[in-house]
Amino acid sequence: MDFRLNEEQQMLQDTVARLVRGEYSFEKRLEYSESELGFSADFWKQLGELGLTAVPFPEELGGFGGTGVEVQSVMTELGRGLCIEPYLQSVVLGGGLISQAGNSEQKEQWLGGIATGEVRAAVGLQEPQSFYNLNDVETRAEKSGDGYVLNGRKAVVIGGHCADVLVVSARTSGDSRDADGISLFLIPADAEGIERRTYPTIDGFKGCDLFLNNVQLGPDALLGDEGKAAEVIEYQTGRAISALCGEAVGAMEVACDLTLEYLKQRKQFGVPIGRFQVLQHRMVDMMSELEQARSMAILAASVADEPQSDERRRILAAAKNVIGRSGQFISEQGIQSHGGIGMTWEYNFAHYAKRLVMINHQLGDDDFHLERYAAMLQAS
Amino acid sequence: MNLNYTTEELAFRDEVRAFLEKKLPEDIAAKVKGFRRLSKEDHQRWQKILSEQGWYATHWPEEYGGVNWSPVQKHIWDEESSRYGAPRSVPFGVNMVAPVIIKFGTEEQKQRYLPRILSGEDWWCQGYSEPGAGSDLASLKTRAVREGDHYIVNGQKTWTTLGQHANMIFCLVRTNTEVKAQEGISFLLIDMNTPGITVRPIITLDGEHEVNEVFFEDVKVPAENLVGEEDKGWTYAKYLLTYERTGLAGIGISKAALEHLKGLASRRLKNGKPLIEDATFGQRIAQVEIDLMAAAISNLRIIASVEGGGMPGAESSMLKVRGTEIRQTINDLARRAIGPYAIPFVEEELDLGYDGDFLSDENAAPVAPQYFNNRKLSIFGGSNEIQKNIVSKMILGL
Ligand SMILES: Cc1cc2nc3c(=O)[nH]c(=O)nc-3n(C[C@H](O)[C@H](O)[C@H](O)COP(=O)(O)OP(=O)(O)OC[C@H]3O[C@@H](n4cnc5c(N)ncnc54)[C@H](O)[C@@H]3O)c2cc1C
Ligand SMILES: Cc1cc2nc3c(=O)[nH]c(=O)nc-3n(C[C@H](O)[C@H](O)[C@H](O)COP(=O)(O)OP(=O)(O)OC[C@H]3O[C@@H](n4cnc5c(N)ncnc54)[C@H](O)[C@@H]3O)c2cc1C
Repeated sequence: MDFRLNEEQQMLQDTVARLVRGEYSFEKRLEYSESELGFSADFWKQLGELGLTAVPFPEELGGFGGTGVEVQSVMTELGRGLCIEPYLQSVVLGGGLISQAGNSEQKEQWLGGIATGEVRAAVGLQEPQSFYNLNDVETRAEKSGDGYVLNGRKAVVIGGHCADVLVVSARTSGDSRDADGISLFLIPADAEGIERRTYPTIDGFKGCDLFLNNVQLGPDALLGDEGKAAEVIEYQTGRAISALCGEAVGAMEVACDLTLEYLKQRKQFGVPIGRFQVLQHRMVDMMSELEQARSMAILAASVADEPQSDERRRILAAAKNVIGRSGQFISEQGIQSHGGIGMTWEYNFAHYAKRLVMINHQLGDDDFHLERYAAMLQAS
Repeated sequence: MNLNYTTEELAFRDEVRAFLEKKLPEDIAAKVKGFRRLSKEDHQRWQKILSEQGWYATHWPEEYGGVNWSPVQKHIWDEESSRYGAPRSVPFGVNMVAPVIIKFGTEEQKQRYLPRILSGEDWWCQGYSEPGAGSDLASLKTRAVREGDHYIVNGQKTWTTLGQHANMIFCLVRTNTEVKAQEGISFLLIDMNTPGITVRPIITLDGEHEVNEVFFEDVKVPAENLVGEEDKGWTYAKYLLTYERTGLAGIGISKAALEHLKGLASRRLKNGKPLIEDATFGQRIAQVEIDLMAAAISNLRIIASVEGGGMPGAESSMLKVRGTEIRQTINDLARRAIGPYAIPFVEEELDLGYDGDFLSDENAAPVAPQYFNNRKLSIFGGSNEIQKNIVSKMILGL
């Protein structure tokens, strides 16, 4: 058994680390975040030029043929830098859905661009009523001529304000929470009938709700088999969960480093506050939460690109449950250990804390995955 | 043992309710209940109504314009005003500096400042903490040197809540560097408009401006603004901190926040059913409601113990810890209840006047910012670690 990255994987991670260190100061991040685009077009371009947006794609697309481990190597460093580019949405999820479900024309049309970063995808799977259940789909896709017309609303689509292509789920048959009858569609961003309500997110990203009003699509917009998208969505969000675990671990590492550093440096009552046992033990607890998260991230990466199975489902639910909880613990306890300074805008710790708590709101929180896991106990 | 209010207390409660129903402006109550931003003007409007009723200064003796309510009456007032959505009074003038002036100030100080607090003419802020002096308050360095009939003040205060609205600040300053830290501190009242004072905003992680840094550069403060004796400020400061701590458990606010949470969880759907009916989530709400029930009774026990006079002891530190944990748990659950919609930061919906469509629930926008902002509850007013140090020292003899 060997838990270390191999040489190639380590080189990959070092490349991303160097890029992030060079380009992504805390001050610059705030600028990127407040820009119209909501992230750095230049940094995104460099991710493409270095082949990092191609990591999970096959070699014929200029890719790396990377699986869970490689994707996590990238995401961990993006997490350490608190980067706000839509890597998860475009490369991992958008690219993943098209790779798995697309026909050869669709792959040809979109994947090359996604792999180079020239095309950005965003993914709309949630709805206002869906909470975290992605089978809770009320957006309707009705047959119209040889194509479809879509009506409904997709919620909290990160990167949806500036994507070139949108991948959304809609119901072609069945009742609102049936797994059967869900289909995926590829919608060019400028399609008629799409309205956006764009907003910044509390953790520094940008996103929107998509309002689909009689969006007319040709037959080639259907991605995968009609009515059979639930499995594809489940599989790909599983890959995305593994990627998010990587990001979370990166952010937790920095959050722990910053806290530890502060405990040594901040003095009260004539001594570094790290001399107070209550803070020492809390710091130990934060580190052991990080270790739990790291272990689950590794486990998640190992199954992310394996064929679907109950074991894979269980592991990914468990991993997301753990990182949700450890992320919140490290945020809250880290702020508390810092005192007032930990909750100020101008100190980067607070921004790590916000990202970590919000990771728990993406792709299902710890309660959601606990419930999923519990429901699978009988299956073992 | 009798856990019921007396007939007189019940009558008082009815009176309070009738007043709140009639006099509390609807727009202000809606803001408080929806956790929207309150403006300076909102606070001042409500304070004026309270002053006219004679109910603004609940901690003062009658001779100075206070109400002189019993601890139980004050509790009823807190409870009912939270329930109706009345804003909590900004405490720095009426509940902090005033009791100190009343107990330790000169006759002139009382004549000058107390009426101005009642009328709302002065807005006070608290200048205790410094960059190097947080939990270890006694290590503060802001220096005041006596020159003739003035003090010259140099240094910096920080975390000054709502200092941007204030025209007066009460400060702990160092007047003697030769003695033990606690013995060289004085309590000064400073006009914020004096030359040499600069106020700079500190933005908190939720993007709000509620705290500030205050810089003092050769600020000339008349010697008559010293409260009590020079170098005795620590005694007065500690007197004030006990006052501060008693209100910090925030039981009434937690009850209101719990109602807000239940509202969110009743409207929010999970698998087609209201979230509040969900087994997991329903139990989480139930658990915090039970904890709040216990804390509310603990609070009443402390109140009853001081009904005959005196100040609450170190027990109030335990209650502060518990009370703030409960509020933070409620904020955590509210954030969980809105699921993916915790992520968008919909600033326009934070203000009450917003008349567009709500992105999700009408009460959702403030939820995540509030959760982050309220991490402060376990930090300020003496951090929860410091409160536990107090309990282990004062009660447990450890
Ligand atoms: C079932 C059992 C089997 C054992 N088997 C063995 C054995 O095979 N060989 C052997 O040599 N010993 C054995 N021990 C003894 C064991 O190592 C001691 O119990 C242990 O070291 C704690 O010592 P103590 O019981 O004297 O408690 P104390 O040391 O008196 O501790 C009391 C409490 O104070 C806390 N405490 C102490 N110091 C600090 C500190 N600096 N900071 C914070 N907290 C502190 C402790 O964590 C504990 O909660 C065994 C004990 C048990 C219960
Ligand atoms: C939103 C907000 C509003 C505030 N408003 C005001 C105001 O209006 N006026 C004002 O004067 N101040 C105000 N404060 C300041 C507040 O009182 C201080 O933040 C508080 O005293 C803690 O100090 P600190 O932030 O410097 O943290 P530190 O004292 O540096 O503490 C850092 C960590 O160390 C822990 N710690 C410190 N000493 C010990 C110990 N002996 N044992 C164990 N643990 C310890 C703390 O509990 C904390 O976890 C405000 C603070 C905030 C966040």
